[in-house]
Amino acid sequence: MIHWNSLAEFLAMGRHGPYVWGSLLVMALLMVAEPMLLLQGRKRLIARLRRQYRAEAAERGQAAAGGRSTANGSND
Amino acid sequence: MSNKLINWFRYASPQTFYPLAGRMIPWFWGLAAIFGVAGLGIGFLLAPTDAQQGEGYRIIFLHVPASWMSMFIYLVMAFWAATGLAFNTRLSGMMASALAPTGALFAFLSLWTGALWGKPMWGTWWVWDARLTSELILLFLYIGFIALQAAIDDPRRADKAGAILALVGVVNIPIIYFSVKWWNTLHQGASVSLTKAPSMAAMMLWGMLLCALACWMYSIAVALMRVRVIMLERERHTDWVRALLAGRE
Repeated sequence: MIHWNSLAEFLAMGRHGPYVWGSLLVMALLMVAEPMLLLQGRKRLIARLRRQYRAEAAERGQAAAGGRSTANGSND
Repeated sequence: MSNKLINWFRYASPQTFYPLAGRMIPWFWGLAAIFGVAGLGIGFLLAPTDAQQGEGYRIIFLHVPASWMSMFIYLVMAFWAATGLAFNTRLSGMMASALAPTGALFAFLSLWTGALWGKPMWGTWWVWDARLTSELILLFLYIGFIALQAAIDDPRRADKAGAILALVGVVNIPIIYFSVKWWNTLHQGASVSLTKAPSMAAMMLWGMLLCALACWMYSIAVALMRVRVIMLERERHTDWVRALLAGRE
């Protein structure tokens, strides 16, 4: 059923190997990189927001304790 | 708000859509993997040699799905842009923004695989003909959309500006699609079309369709992942995001 007789023949792709594998490799790399970058960005965003919420809570605590009043919300 | 009038609009609320999207993502990844393995298996292991192009034709299993997706994602993006302009729903703009980078990725891959296919078959990486040039313009439209949105701080204004660009740019899609008919071009005509039987062997056709389905599933999964990040970012001052991040997720 398999079209190829040997691995070497498969890799050579009838002398079109670099073109075929160059296409597949770049496409696979980018399609792996995109979701990985997204996951990474998501992690970073969640960490940043959590930090921001904690800072806001701490600020509110200070303000309630009679400190200076601060602008509501952060513009970050 | 229209939320109370039409139940459908409930899903246009980020708060409702966020967990729904989260549950759908693994399914689309699973389908993408299944279709991808099947499509590449057929295309690279089982499909016969092409009579004219030899083995190099196998780039078709990458090039055609990438090109289809680059055009189709743009249409979906323009649809969301139009919906956003018409109904002013928050989700629409987020969907359009979530699709653009993936569309740009496929437009680039279409050009890349096209160049690697063109060199052995036509003897050149690139020609300034109608099909190739209009696809390059599509890549620039995606990049323009992303850059325009990034340049405007207020997300709602960014959505509107982006939406108008997306809608104006949609004229390019039929130009790409019909370019091989309208002008003399080095690029071959469509191998698969809605109006006539496909001009390729069944095995090749199946490989290509499965690869295209894999790209579809991939695009949906990635767009849903990205729209969830955009939702968190844009809705960070709302109670639901605060409550969500206070949890363990």
